[in-house]
This record gives sequence, structure tokens and C-alpha cells, in this order.
Amino acid sequence: MAILTTEGLTYIYSAGTPFETAAVDHVDLQIGEDLMVGVIGHTGSGKSTLMQHFNGLLQPTEGKVSLEGKDIWADKKMLREVRFRVGLVFQYPEYQLFEETVFQDIAFGPKNMGLSGNEIQRRVLWAADSLGLDRELLGRSPFALSGGQKRRAAIAGVMAMLPKVLILDEPCAGLDPKGRLQMLRQIRDYQKQTKSTVLLVSHSMEDVAEYTEKLLVMDRGRLFCYEDTAAVFRKVEALQEMGLRIPQIASLMLALRQRGCDLPEDIYTVPQAKDALVQLLRKGAVSC
Amino acid sequence: MLKDITLGQYFPIDSVLHRLDPRFKIIFTMLFIIMLFAGNSVWTLVLSAVFVLMAQFLSKIPLKMSWRSIRPLLPVLVFTAILNLLLIDSGEVVWEWQFLHIYEGGITTSIFMIARIVLLMVGSSLLTYTTSPILLTDAIEALLSPLKRIRFPVHEMAMMMSIALRFIPTLLEETDKIISAQKARGAALDSGGIRERVRALLPILVPLFVSAFRRAEELATAMECRCYRGGEGRTRLRQLKAGVGDHIGLGVCLVFLGASICVNFLKL
Ligand SMILES: Nc1ncnc2c1ncn2[C@@H]1O[C@H](COP(=O)(O)OP(=O)(O)OP(=O)(O)O)[C@@H](O)[C@H]1O
Ligand SMILES: [Mg+2]
Repeated sequence: MAILTTEGLTYIYSAGTPFETAAVDHVDLQIGEDLMVGVIGHTGSGKSTLMQHFNGLLQPTEGKVSLEGKDIWADKKMLREVRFRVGLVFQYPEYQLFEETVFQDIAFGPKNMGLSGNEIQRRVLWAADSLGLDRELLGRSPFALSGGQKRRAAIAGVMAMLPKVLILDEPCAGLDPKGRLQMLRQIRDYQKQTKSTVLLVSHSMEDVAEYTEKLLVMDRGRLFCYEDTAAVFRKVEALQEMGLRIPQIASLMLALRQRGCDLPEDIYTVPQAKDALVQLLRKGAVSC
Repeated sequence: MLKDITLGQYFPIDSVLHRLDPRFKIIFTMLFIIMLFAGNSVWTLVLSAVFVLMAQFLSKIPLKMSWRSIRPLLPVLVFTAILNLLLIDSGEVVWEWQFLHIYEGGITTSIFMIARIVLLMVGSSLLTYTTSPILLTDAIEALLSPLKRIRFPVHEMAMMMSIALRFIPTLLEETDKIISAQKARGAALDSGGIRERVRALLPILVPLFVSAFRRAEELATAMECRCYRGGEGRTRLRQLKAGVGDHIGLGVCLVFLGASICVNFLKL
């Protein structure tokens, strides 16, 4: 069953002025449960704007957003409830830390939910562990952490609310390669463990290729497609036209196939490519 | 959204008034204010109105923009006008109903007051509509530079003003972002008593201050790296130069001011 649904969702910034832009333009979507979804699109294609509709931070200029079949704007008193069920982590979330200790900061969301002290403690520790935050850091001031640690603390603050849908807007921007890999693995493990739906906004085709099952592609405010990751990466030309590309390893595979190598389609991650190439070499058919 | 507040209200088009020297424009505005308050005759108002209309025409600023500068003041205007009407008791009674009396004096005072304030707002907002904030601070610095003699830190004040102006939109945008982020974590910003409300502001104010200080520090470092050390011996990229137009403008202003003072002496 679809957990998030949009119908004709449109959002216009600065309506009625010369600067009017339709950042999201008639988007119809149905996003299922227990899924890892990648959200891609060229800069300014409306990804962040779309994401802010899912937890009711932006009200659609036109159209509807529903969570589990219920229009989230039907009852404004329920909006806060919606925000607990759809967690949103903004880009560079480290700038929203404010409490005296990291523990208290992660506990901010759960506390707002009105959970008991024990439950809060349990969730904070669990979220910190899931993101590999050292327990001894929890007693420190969030401003005394490194950039990467701050980022983890901020994300943990939303994960600790255990939302049904977790949206992460470029969680890996500005992390080192190792930290990036760790972060993506932790996000995937979180998804597996909680069986929630995770929306991962990213500019890295390699990351979404490896970690997501479905891709939501935005193009100048419109929904280009919402399909299985493999299916999306088959649309090489269309992606290029939008200023996107397929993962580098997929381009390599494509080039090899065009030269006559007998490789299967739908290879877009390095491990898949490795397996396929090893098989090909075993067969001894290295004519290309 | 917070960003919709118009602060620096510069209206970037090209017109005669936009091209004038900002120092002169400040002087014109001051002369205009003196002219407006120089006397109590109707002719003062007429002269000032003609002056404002002329400037408005030369500036090519749409009338809608000028209306925007008056609109926020409307409630105050109406309120004081009503008070004036009811409380001033000079001249003949024009209208009465039970305990309310309206006198001639009240009517003229109200009209004068409204006309003055409207002219003042429209006229002085033309200065900010036609001059970019940066030019404006440059001009203020130039005009205040004689104060350097008495060790008043004119350059530093002007630099602080330009920096503040530059960062207002940035900080507003940042505030918007922080508010959204905390709302996403369930922060309740608009419920509860005073104590809760003040407490609810902390998640917004703390990150905002932290980021403002961080920006200030970064900017200070960047300035020091470029060897900034105050106004001493500093030359400018944009030189303020007075042209023919500015002197003509000054002449026109003085004529209007003179006329305004004359009509008062002649008691027309
Ligand atoms: N606060 C705002 N006011 C006015 N226009 C905005 C605002 N935020 C975004 N826009 C415009 O809306 C469009 C979509 O912006 P959005 O931030 O959703 O893009 P994005 O896909 O997230 O881009 P990026 O990959 O760079 O983060 C852009 O054209 C942008 O200029
Ligand atoms: Mg974005």
C-alpha cells in the first residue's frame, strides 16, 4: 500500500510577482512502504521543495499530499502528528543543533512527541549507535564536535523519532569518502531494521545506484519518472538531456557492450560489474 | 515567509534620479524636509507636492511602490487625524452630535498633518528607492567625513552599516531554514503560555546566533587576509563625482526652498 501519495501537487514560489517560479509542477506519485528511494534531479529541479511537502512544511499551491491515504492538510491540528511520522533532515542539518549536550539535542524530537523518559533514553542511545556516534560524545556540547559528528548528531535527532518515512536531503554532502560510505551503510541498515520508507536526495548516481531500490527523477519541477533503479538507468539519453548521467561503471559497461562484449544489461554498481567481468574472462571471450 | 519583508527597498531601474550623486540626493532630501516644515501656509504644501511629483516623475518609480511606503502608516494617520478632529477647538463649529464637536481648526490641522506626512514618506522613500544601500552608506560616510576631525569613527560606522545591510537577507533566509528544521522535529512555536513560548524560541535563536557569530568571524578573517585595516589611506572603487545634473538639482531645490520660505513671509 502506498504510504505517501500526491495528486497534482504544485508549488509556486513568490506567486503574483515577477519572480514567480513553479518549483513543483503537477506531480502525481505513490510511494510504497518499506523501501529505499533515491531522489535525483538537476540543481533547481524542485527536489527539496517536493520533500518539504511530505511533512507539511510547505502547503501545496494546488493539489493534495496524503499520508497513509489521509490528506495531511485536512486537519491542521494533525500536522504536528504528520511531522512525527515523516521525519525530514535538511541539507547541512548540523546548523540546527542548539542544546547543551548532544544527548539533549537528539532527545529534542522524541521529547516533543511526549514520550516517557525511559523511552527517550532508549531511542537516543539506539539512534546514536545506529549512526556510530560514540557514547562518550553524548555528554559533550554539540558545538564541540567535528563537522561529521555534528551531522550524525543532527540525523540521529530525526531517526530517534522513528518516523514511518525518513527523508534525507543530501546527507553525505561534504563528507570524506570513508564517512560517506559509512553514512550510506548506516542509513541502509536503519531502513532494513525499521522497515520504514527512506527517501534519499542525492547528486551522486553511484550512491543511489548502490543503495536504493527505486528512483524518483525530477526535471524542472516535473516528475520525470518514478521507477525501479535499474529501469531508470536504462534511459541513458533522457537522463543526459536533463543534465544527469548514469553511474560511471554503467557507462563503462555500456561502452563495452557497444564494442561487442557479451555483457548483460542492467549493471550499474561496481560489485555487479566485477562479477560480470570475471565471468566473461572465465569464458575466455575477451575479444573486445 | 520572512523573506517577503522588504528591507533594503532599492528599486533597480535606470532614471535621472538613479544616476544623481547619492550625496546630493541626501542633501536634496534634507532640503525638502526643511521646505515641508518651513511654514504653515497652503502654498508650502502645494510647492512641496509639486516638488515630490516632479521627483517621482523623474525617478520612474511606479506609483504603486510609493503607495507601499505609505500603507503601513495608514492606521496611525487615521488615528491621529481623528484625535485632531475631535480635540482641537479653535475656529467655528462645523458639525456637532451629542458631546462630539468638530471645529474648523481641527479640520485644517488634520488635513495639514496628513498631507505633510504623506509627502514626507513619499519624498524620502524616493531616496531609498533610487539609491542602492551601498551607495547610500558611501554617501553618508562622505557627508560625515568632517567629523573625522573630532575623531569620530566615520569610516568604521559606514563599514558596519554596509555589512549589516549585506547580511540582512542572508540571516533572514537562515532563520527561515532553522525554523523549518526545528518544526520538522516537532517544535511547537505557537502554543502555550509566555514561558513556554520563550523557551520554544531557544531552538531557533541559539543556532541563529551561532551561525551569525561564525559568519562574522569568517568575514573578519577574510578581511584581514586581504589586509583590511580601516579607512586610513584607503581609496575607493566607486568614486562619488558630482555632475552638472547634481548642481542643477541643487539649484532647483534651493529655488523651491526659497519660494516656500517667501510665501510664509508674505503670509499668502
Ligand atoms: N525560498 C525560495 N524562494 C523562491 N524560489 C525558490 C526558493 N527555494 C527554491 N526556489 C526555486 O525553486 C526551484 C526549485 O528549488 P529546489 O531547492 O527545490 O531545488 P533542488 O532540486 O533541491 O536543487 P538542489 O539540487 O540544488 O538542492 C528553483 O528554481 C529555485 O530557484
Ligand atoms: Mg535541494
